[in-house]
Amino acid sequence: MTTHSDHLHGTQPVVDQKLLAAISSQQRPSKPGAMSTSLTFGWRALLKIKHVPEQLFDVTMFPVMFTLMFTFLFGGALAGSPREYVQHLLPGILVLTVTMITMYTGLGINKDIRKGVFDRFRSLPIWRPAVLVGALFGDVLRYTLASLIVIGLGLLLGFRPDGGAVGVIAAVALLLVFAFSLSWIWTALGMIMRTEESLMAVSMMILFPLTFISNVFVDPATMPGWLEAFVNVNPITHLSTASRGLMHGDVDTAQVSWVFIACAIFVAVFGPLTMRLFRKKE
Amino acid sequence: MTQLDSIPAIETSGLVKHFGETRAVDGIDLTVPAGTVFGVLGPNGAGKTTAVRILATLLEPDAGHARVLGHDIRREADAVRSRVSLTGQFASVDEDLSGAENLVLIARLLGYSKTQSKSRAAELLDAFGLADAAGRQVKRYSGGMRRRMDIAASIVATPDVLFLDEPTTGLDPRSRNQVWDIVRALVAGGTTVLLTTQYLDEADQLADRIAVIDHGKVIAEGTSSELKASVGAGAVHIRLREAEQRPTAEKLLMDHLGVDVYLEHDPVALTAHSADAGLVSGAISELTTSGIDVTEFSLGQPTLDEVFLALTGRPAEDETDETTEETA
Repeated sequence: MTTHSDHLHGTQPVVDQKLLAAISSQQRPSKPGAMSTSLTFGWRALLKIKHVPEQLFDVTMFPVMFTLMFTFLFGGALAGSPREYVQHLLPGILVLTVTMITMYTGLGINKDIRKGVFDRFRSLPIWRPAVLVGALFGDVLRYTLASLIVIGLGLLLGFRPDGGAVGVIAAVALLLVFAFSLSWIWTALGMIMRTEESLMAVSMMILFPLTFISNVFVDPATMPGWLEAFVNVNPITHLSTASRGLMHGDVDTAQVSWVFIACAIFVAVFGPLTMRLFRKKE
Repeated sequence: MTQLDSIPAIETSGLVKHFGETRAVDGIDLTVPAGTVFGVLGPNGAGKTTAVRILATLLEPDAGHARVLGHDIRREADAVRSRVSLTGQFASVDEDLSGAENLVLIARLLGYSKTQSKSRAAELLDAFGLADAAGRQVKRYSGGMRRRMDIAASIVATPDVLFLDEPTTGLDPRSRNQVWDIVRALVAGGTTVLLTTQYLDEADQLADRIAVIDHGKVIAEGTSSELKASVGAGAVHIRLREAEQRPTAEKLLMDHLGVDVYLEHDPVALTAHSADAGLVSGAISELTTSGIDVTEFSLGQPTLDEVFLALTGRPAEDETDETTEETA
């Protein structure tokens, strides 16, 4: 391959022996399974947290800010005292906080696409959804961290769950399943939107009504009928009712079932849509 | 390798890809024999990146067919992906991760065990002169280190076909030579390389065959010497001290060399397509004896611009308005 042109420089090309050894073909290992590939991408998400710990800012500051702000802002007016209100509010605030930060999943994917790393992953012979499933695994860790902060802070403010530790853990587990499922909306949007700014704007337009027009803060019975109707179908309402039930030990299994149905719908619609966009991404 | 020798590494026919109104790739037919380096030469916006992305299965063509190592890029995309690698023009590694972590990540994705992945990463970093930077985040690498990292990431499992999209654009000469050495080593190891470039010099140094593309079409194809023959063997570049003396110099050169003389944008520069050293040195002394002050002269290969001028009758202008389409 090197018969021509080197006379111009009067040197023969030197092929480094180390280079040649590193390049000389070896056996390709067999293709890893879907789970193993997803976990490898989850490991990548952890490495990113290690190198850029600032990205945990959202999962630490949002929960602290929301919990303190809403407990003291509405506590006196709605329930007589912040301490009484926090019993009702905390499970909802947990839902709202974690739902809000799922948005960052889309931003992460959008950044990967813009930086070009996605091209590398798309050119590998791997189970393709693993890129996203793995990223979501990493995000679940972030959601867990946010949940711990909200619950810890709540306990300091006087939150006393009747369902005990088991109830709280069950509520967090349900929330994590919901957050994982909802995130497929953001993965799809992360691929559709061209810039981070537009993605942020669209995400906010979805998240604000979804989280605030729910029963997180107030009883929907006080709302006009049309609004109450929306609140009653909003999956966030079902999730926060189920969380309250689990944490306070009086759960309505129908509410939990509604949450699982909503999760199944999110994954069934936005999972395949995301993968289609991933395949066709130009 | 015997099986590889019988089928071409890459074969395309009538490949077309539109982006809106732009026909980024407009009917490309190529055949790249296995074990060779194939250069795709063209200016920005010519469709090089789009063609490479189609062949690496990142884009689906709107029309036409392509086979890589005998596998159809549409129907057998996974088989293609398991035997090719792409080093894109932009970051193809995770900037937030260290060099070692990037390579371990890819090795794990390809199915290596944890220990195998670590030793493979160490071996590659060492061979690519990146061992000292193994633990450093890639965003803190220099341009040349970055490019070597990109290539190392592409050969964690040695590919049968490697696509290199403008591997040396923006690199200093030393880093460029390092990349060239890597390409030579890869080919010596049996990998087929398709590289895109804007530099005739680079294609000349590395490629066995070169396709010149423009507006998504192949406008010439052949070995480097065949292409150069189409522009004249080479060129002599002359600079004068006084711009007023240029018309006289032009006439003298035309008479002496018997070829057309081009007047460059630079008012003291002239170029003539002649590589006959004897004739050229005669012409230079002729200029000097006629009292024309020559400050500089050089005999060189034709540039991409000259190839373009000869093939299309226009220079290879930098069509930056199309670059966004090409890299979209």
